[in-house]
Amino acid sequence: MKIAVCIKRVPEMDVKFRIAPSGTAVDETGLKFDMSDFDGYAVEFALQTMEGLGAGEVVVISLGPDAVQETLRKALSMGASRAVHLRCDAVPADGYAIAQALAAELRDGGFDLILFGKHAADSASGAVGLMTAELLGIPMVQACTKLSFAAGRGSARREVEGGAELVSFPLPAAASIDEGIARPRYPSLKGIMAAKKKPMDVRPAQLGPARLTITKLELPPERQAGRIVGEGAAAVPELVRLLQQEAKVL
Amino acid sequence: MPNVLVVAESRAGEVRKVALELLSAARSLAAGGEVHAVLAGAPGIAGQAPSLAAHGADAIFVTEHAALDPYNAEALAALVAERARAGSYPVVLLPASAQGKDLAPRVAARLGVPIASDALSVRAEGDAVVVTHYVYAGKIVATLRLAATPAVVSMRPGAVAPAAAPGAGRVESAAAVGDPAASRVVVTETIRGDARKLDLTEAPVIVSGGRGLKAAEHFRLVEELAAAFGNAAVGATRAVTDEGWRPHSDQIGQTGRQVSPDLYVAVGISGAIQHLAGMRTSRTIVAINKDRDAPIFKVADYGIVGDVFEVVPALTAAIREARSKG
Repeated sequence: MKIAVCIKRVPEMDVKFRIAPSGTAVDETGLKFDMSDFDGYAVEFALQTMEGLGAGEVVVISLGPDAVQETLRKALSMGASRAVHLRCDAVPADGYAIAQALAAELRDGGFDLILFGKHAADSASGAVGLMTAELLGIPMVQACTKLSFAAGRGSARREVEGGAELVSFPLPAAASIDEGIARPRYPSLKGIMAAKKKPMDVRPAQLGPARLTITKLELPPERQAGRIVGEGAAAVPELVRLLQQEAKVL
Repeated sequence: MPNVLVVAESRAGEVRKVALELLSAARSLAAGGEVHAVLAGAPGIAGQAPSLAAHGADAIFVTEHAALDPYNAEALAALVAERARAGSYPVVLLPASAQGKDLAPRVAARLGVPIASDALSVRAEGDAVVVTHYVYAGKIVATLRLAATPAVVSMRPGAVAPAAAPGAGRVESAAAVGDPAASRVVVTETIRGDARKLDLTEAPVIVSGGRGLKAAEHFRLVEELAAAFGNAAVGATRAVTDEGWRPHSDQIGQTGRQVSPDLYVAVGISGAIQHLAGMRTSRTIVAINKDRDAPIFKVADYGIVGDVFEVVPALTAAIREARSKG
């Protein structure tokens, strides 16, 4: 099976972000970057699938400035076969422009399966995978919590409002990965050494025009700090009174 | 602005609350123009049209086909894209529900335009549409400008309140596009959750549990409190769903559901940033936690410091009593 995994380099999220002087980007000073978490599950799932079959290829693809090569190299050290860097100055906010570049790269790649994370940790849009699949004209199953393959078809489970559904679809196909499917492995020393010799192709990203742009970033309004009503069960009557009379939610 | 198109989400033959919310958002965008809705489902879905009309739909394009229920991504994307093209709408609104998050990018791609996802607000600015959207794990609000026609936007459930606003409510029947039964992705089984369970994205009250509950069986406390409210859904933190105490579909946070109920009760939840990203827009937040310094108290309107095993049963009893009097 030939599997492509599209991954994104994002900052680690458990920090206090600052807005850059431009007002339209975060200040990257001091930020640590890594593979977006859902993309990590997708890479791990692809590797386990390839290892389970004992054959095939996992190609990792990332779009962005040269720094994304570090993220691609991490995926190679986890075990991916080779990497493709679609180079551009910055990742646009326009997911359709990105999908056009990915589709141009993937179209004649002969992939049986194209994987994405459910959404990127920074932009939290979840659109690029679905749009890429639409551009390629292949079926796409979004937010899979289980995924398996047999006889040229895939089966997946996805959580939906009010329950879950099991779906079946023909390959080639695309899928995005929700959490719970596979915990990403840590690259081994051997993997890190091997990754240095694995091929990384660099090509200019064939981005479409950007028609969705960020005009402003700001910190969300602070929630008015509330109050501690009291301690223990003794505080319950006062809480109920406040919910009825002040918040009026009862 | 001329006419605005809304995709009215339905499930099991019923229009969802998000559909009414979108009509409300569309009304403010369509000042002077009309609000049109796509209503698609199994035969009988047309019976839901009056509810859309009562919330401001001027025209309702109804497509009935057995293969449109349950949710059929390919058939619905084709149908919505076709309607969007036919009506030359400048704006197409979809919900950022689980279903809508799957549908909206497909529709946008078919129309050859970008999408603004999970918008908190939407407004027209000249020929462009401007939305706000949480980025960076809910730590930053981005203002995005969408300069494509149509502007395809998915709105966060709960971001806009539904409002009664009688629309003309003309019902037009629309044929399915292609054969809905020929979708490549086939639903082989639908696993229904508890039918009495309210959707997290629709419930006016959410009672949510965290690691402070210590074990899966203690979620009974959360369920009982939710039952006492009568209109509450049960949510959980990522730590809890990772432990397998609750299904992943119950997870509220950056990587799970994003909710904005009238009342959010956080039980034994410390308030990690990734959880706050999913619930900080709730109208009123109550937190019960034994650690006075837990970050959840910084966003909670009302907090009780104490043992959840003592406080929650007392609160359950008090809510039951208050509601029996009310």
